[in-house]
Amino acid sequence: MRTSYREALRQALHEALSDDPRVFLMGEDVGRYGGAYAVSKGFYDEFGPERIRDTPLSELGFVGAGIGAALGGMRPIVEVMTVNFSLLALDQIVNAAAVLRHMSGGQFSVPLVIRMATGAGRQLAAQHSHSLENWYAHIPGIRVLAPATVGDARGMLAPALADPDPVVIFEHAQLYNLEGELPADWRCGIRRAAVRRPGSQVTVVTYGGCLPKAMAAAERLAAEGIEAEVIDLRVLRPLDMETVMDSVRKTHRVLVVDEGWKSGSLAGEILARIAEDGFYDLDAPPRRLCSVEVPTPYARHLEEAALPQAEQIAAAVREMLNA
Amino acid sequence: MARSADAKSLPRRLLADMLRIRRLEEKCAELYGAGKIRGFLHLYIGEEACAVGVLHALTMDDNIAATYREHGHALVRGVPMEAIMAEMFGKATGCCGGRGGSMHLFDAAARFYGGNAIVGGSLPLAAGLALADKMQGRKRITACFFGDGAVAEGVFHETMNLAALWRLPVLFCCENNFYGMGTALHRAHAQTDLCAKAAAYPMATARVDGMDVLAVHTAAVQAAARVREDSRPFFLEMQTYRFRAHSMFDPDLYRDKAEIAAWKQRDPLDTFPARLKAEGKLTDEELLVLERAAEAEVAAAVEAAEAAPLAPVADLLKDVYTPEAGP
Ligand SMILES: Cc1ncc(C[n+]2csc(CCOP(=O)(O)OP(=O)(O)O)c2C)c(N)n1
Ligand SMILES: [Mg+2]
Repeated sequence: MRTSYREALRQALHEALSDDPRVFLMGEDVGRYGGAYAVSKGFYDEFGPERIRDTPLSELGFVGAGIGAALGGMRPIVEVMTVNFSLLALDQIVNAAAVLRHMSGGQFSVPLVIRMATGAGRQLAAQHSHSLENWYAHIPGIRVLAPATVGDARGMLAPALADPDPVVIFEHAQLYNLEGELPADWRCGIRRAAVRRPGSQVTVVTYGGCLPKAMAAAERLAAEGIEAEVIDLRVLRPLDMETVMDSVRKTHRVLVVDEGWKSGSLAGEILARIAEDGFYDLDAPPRRLCSVEVPTPYARHLEEAALPQAEQIAAAVREMLNA
Repeated sequence: MARSADAKSLPRRLLADMLRIRRLEEKCAELYGAGKIRGFLHLYIGEEACAVGVLHALTMDDNIAATYREHGHALVRGVPMEAIMAEMFGKATGCCGGRGGSMHLFDAAARFYGGNAIVGGSLPLAAGLALADKMQGRKRITACFFGDGAVAEGVFHETMNLAALWRLPVLFCCENNFYGMGTALHRAHAQTDLCAKAAAYPMATARVDGMDVLAVHTAAVQAAARVREDSRPFFLEMQTYRFRAHSMFDPDLYRDKAEIAAWKQRDPLDTFPARLKAEGKLTDEELLVLERAAEAEVAAAVEAAEAAPLAPVADLLKDVYTPEAGP
């Protein structure tokens, strides 16, 4: 069945709210307004203001309250409008949610799901466009997910809620309107990366908003006779390097595409691990394609120039293959 | 730590718990000097009447969240002294297996949601715990301890608003010792009436002499009853004073010696037994028995902590994530 990423998220939330009375959604404008990205449209009327809880503009306060409610036996889903605003809540996520289990010697875990939009591409400039997934992926104690397909948008929430530890889900803002085929069996795990397109000559590792770009690039390359394997990380922490390494051992070439900036990036982490564990499997220097190191500009042409694009991905692959 | 027991024995139980905290912490300071306890160590000496008065006004079903100055709260709440001491020694038998230390004491059985070393960090957690109780129809309340310094943090104000807006059953227990580290209250707050800030949200407030354990207890009983009945937050300010420096690293150069001496005149561990004796409710012998019991408990805790094993390094990664259920 064809559906949109937004609708898939909506169905997943609807199912969670219907199936488990401990689940509730809270965040800024999730209720009456219907969610900044319209993901929870209609829920307020259906589930009521207790379970679709509009919060004041208090990211630190309501994320902290979500952690407390999780400790108290609820299964809160906290929506933070965008990763940019989540910086106001970083203290509670990093200094409480991620560490309570460890600091308490395993006595308290925090079964909390935090959802937030991330990423550029809508000319929203430098305070609404950054891709900071990597900051969260740095933190032991949380699990970080990046659903990039309609199937994952539908399937990842249930295992995230079932996880006894805090899970942060990044929804790339460019993906909400993405249309795709929802597989009949969309149920999925949140442990493994996925091969989205098999190929033999080069591995393209990516996640989130860059996946459609990598797929488009692979399509173009295939027309030229170049077979690229596209890996969708799906889980940014802990990383599933097994799937990545299996592919690299097959193709012997790897390009990582990451909307984050190159300095201190997730792409850098992945290449470092490949260099540590698979250096002799490589036939060419590994490469990265990341955002240009500039605060995301407003003007369309500048924003496009700052972000990794499908054509650049294809060009990088051609270079690596001397094609 | 029976809470329901008859009113006649209450003063003695309050005194006994204050003594237990005082003796425990005096020993901690000594052990810090000896290198047995490391990291930050924040002593509560002088402020004991606050934790003891409030915690004796609650039931064991209530939730507690506290700060990094929480040895006393953990102890009165029922965390065994041995487990607290062993935690400070970094031993496997500590209440957090050596992962937390002095500032991060936790105990699930006691509904003790920690020690928290981020100033103001426990405030939204308490609101969330109360929200969970409210949504699940439980009568439980959550007591959240924090200092005067925390009242300047943004998260204090966010939490007050949430708690008042959503009518959360939280008893906010502000231990106003007039200093946040070396910064005096009036140098950090334009409005030094802390109750006035809470009242703005709005919520009911009360100010009590935090050096008078009976006054604290009475105020806390009334406040807790209101929180429970109305399912609304309450802000209880206890005016108190720490007799020691902020932490073991603090040379305490910012306070007047005369000011410290004046507050020490009001030491609850002097004034309270004196009052009980004057009222004929305590004899010298009875006081001695309580003293001895506290000392013996401390000695046993130290001995056990000394003898306890260290957590194995092989377990380093334990409790970062919940272990996966079987295949
Ligand atoms: C967010 C944060 N900022 C600064 C500190 C460093 N710090 C630790 S305790 C403290 C003073 C807090 O004062 P108060 O809330 O009055 O509590 P008290 O120590 O007096 O009990 C400071 C500044 C911290 N731990 N957390
Ligand atoms: Mg203070």
